[in-house]
Amino acid sequence: MSQRGLDDRIGLKHGAGGRAMRALIEQVCLAGPGGGPAVDGIGPAAMDDGAAIRVGDRWLVLTTDSHVVDPLFFPGGDIGRLAVCGTVNDLAVMGATEVTALTCAIILEEGFPRADLERVYASMRAACDEAGAPIVTGDTKVMGRGEIDGLVINTAGVAFCDRPVPDAGLAPGDVVIVTGTIGDHGMAIMAARHALSLDGDLRSDVAPVNGVVRAALRAGGAGVTAMKDPTRGGLSSALHEMAQKSRVGILVEESAVPVKHDVRGASDLVGIDPFVMACEGKAVIGVRPDAADAVLAAIRAHPLGRNAARIGCCLAQHAGAVILDTGLGRRILAESDGEPLPRIC
Amino acid sequence: MPTPDPRAASSELKFRDPVRARAMVRALGRITDAIGRSPVSLMHVCGSHEQAIAKYGLRASFPAALRVIMGPGCPVCVTDAREVDEGVALALQGVHIATYGDMLRVPGSAMSLADARAEGAQVHVIYSAGQAVELAERVKEPVVFFATGFETTAVATAAIVLKGLPDNLSILSAHKFIPPAMDVVASVPGLAVEGFLAAGHAATITGWGVFEPFAERHHLPVVVAGFEPLDILAGLVRLLELVRDGTPAVVNMYPRCVTREGNLRAQAALWEVFEPSSGRWRGISVVPDGNLALRGRFAGLDARARFTIDVTPLARHAPPALAESCLCGSIMTGISSPTDCTLFGEACTPDHPVGACMVSTEGTCRIWHQYGGQPDLGDLA
Repeated sequence: MSQRGLDDRIGLKHGAGGRAMRALIEQVCLAGPGGGPAVDGIGPAAMDDGAAIRVGDRWLVLTTDSHVVDPLFFPGGDIGRLAVCGTVNDLAVMGATEVTALTCAIILEEGFPRADLERVYASMRAACDEAGAPIVTGDTKVMGRGEIDGLVINTAGVAFCDRPVPDAGLAPGDVVIVTGTIGDHGMAIMAARHALSLDGDLRSDVAPVNGVVRAALRAGGAGVTAMKDPTRGGLSSALHEMAQKSRVGILVEESAVPVKHDVRGASDLVGIDPFVMACEGKAVIGVRPDAADAVLAAIRAHPLGRNAARIGCCLAQHAGAVILDTGLGRRILAESDGEPLPRIC
Repeated sequence: MPTPDPRAASSELKFRDPVRARAMVRALGRITDAIGRSPVSLMHVCGSHEQAIAKYGLRASFPAALRVIMGPGCPVCVTDAREVDEGVALALQGVHIATYGDMLRVPGSAMSLADARAEGAQVHVIYSAGQAVELAERVKEPVVFFATGFETTAVATAAIVLKGLPDNLSILSAHKFIPPAMDVVASVPGLAVEGFLAAGHAATITGWGVFEPFAERHHLPVVVAGFEPLDILAGLVRLLELVRDGTPAVVNMYPRCVTREGNLRAQAALWEVFEPSSGRWRGISVVPDGNLALRGRFAGLDARARFTIDVTPLARHAPPALAESCLCGSIMTGISSPTDCTLFGEACTPDHPVGACMVSTEGTCRIWHQYGGQPDLGDLA
């Protein structure tokens, strides 16, 4: 296996959700004997949003996610809300929208303000209520000052479903739907982190998507062929993964992709495409063409899906590639690699 | 349906209107057919034109017989290895170097400025000529502004020189002047460029009249164009019309910014400080009058006069093995495309660039890589 993309030291790009991160997982985490044991269902080799294991006539879906974010509190949310939604959303896009239970492990830095921790927990409880997802067990550790940056939260989640939906199930002709505007979370974080004084309302979209995904699955049934949540690496990474794993090309109409005016303005200014900016309250859903209208209508009827749009379709040609129709021409959408940094000048 | 945002609509309709774009693409097809040769090769000489062509996927809409190639339009890419060596040699002597960020990783004969910095040299990234002055005022020690770029950025360098530099600041000019390079490229045997699309922002300063002697000398049409997708399409349609009619004229298709005379004050500052001199452009050749050197009366500010710069230890260095297969030279003259290079996207990426074209955000390879690297999507048309 080629070692390209894997350097001697781990860089930030290896956690950024793009090509470099997938190379690291393939070359280290899944390499060699004992790496990636077979699961009857969806296992680690699939590198999906979670795993699915057959239990009787149903499927147990489980996932885990560690959350670090700078700043801990940002417009539209905080690390607590992010930690709950991240795991609920990973389960949801596997097709498991009714969450049985979550776990929550936190690692705190010595000296962390108690009031901030209370605020984070209040926010987690509120997000759990929204998602209908109870936290049933947890763990707390404290590390010395400087040994960890403030607060790290790991959550894991389990849920049952009748049919897991992989991210690899797209077929030529399938319609691709996104459940709302893209790039909101990434741009809000970037503006807060780099203290960019940008005009407009830049707020994270962090929210549990299990409700809107439930609506899509009820309307589309087996016509829903693939799902993914476009977190790190944004819509671009999600589409690339789906195209590569499903061995289809995806043709995206750029003008159909919903982007808030303020996000577009800010992205033009800092020189980063909204396509590579993270979403934390959206799902990308592949649907058979005959089910597309019903699924889109059901998503739009949900409060978190009002801006949902049909953004493209799957092709037999250009398998593994994402092609962007700009309205003026067409090009390959390059896959993001590494942490997007704002243009300074 | 979400309510359309009128602000977004107004900003996008004007120069990014798909309906008008499609009409112009059809016109490109008709005129190319009427010319009846294949390929008809047009050249632009600007990274920003290539950015827009790649970002909006325009090349996939061009008729198969039309080749739109990027010439030497990236000032960072054409900075010669010897000029980089001068900066590196000064940095290794312990002089503070101030330069634009794109220059940092451009390979010299033996090392880049970034390599020199890793070895402890003081190399500072600045975003404007004014910041070189601020840096010199702050550090007190000798500072050299390694000044790169075409006439657009050379004007900014001229402005700080005319304002007066701090005693510890001098200039290492690697500034370049585009029109003479167009002369060289127009004469490359086998390239057969039939018309040039000139960069609107440089013409804002020089005026479009600067291209008239060129058009006459080479019997080639020149169209000055802006940078929105419709600017470029309209510019190409006009250029093809001139090719079809055999009219070697200069036409200004960017009148909202460009005049015949240009910005006379900026030109006065530019030519008061700089004079044309001949020098090597990386990958191309010696370009007569293609470099901008400080005039004699500013010799006291010229780093080449103030310091002894010995590049021979660097220049003797054998180039790295990978660099031997790098096609940057023929990519910058428009003879090859990035996809002709075996290193492109494999051994040569923005993280690990082999050639200068992959370093700079104005470089053809970097732009193609950023926007998917494969313009030919003809089977989907």
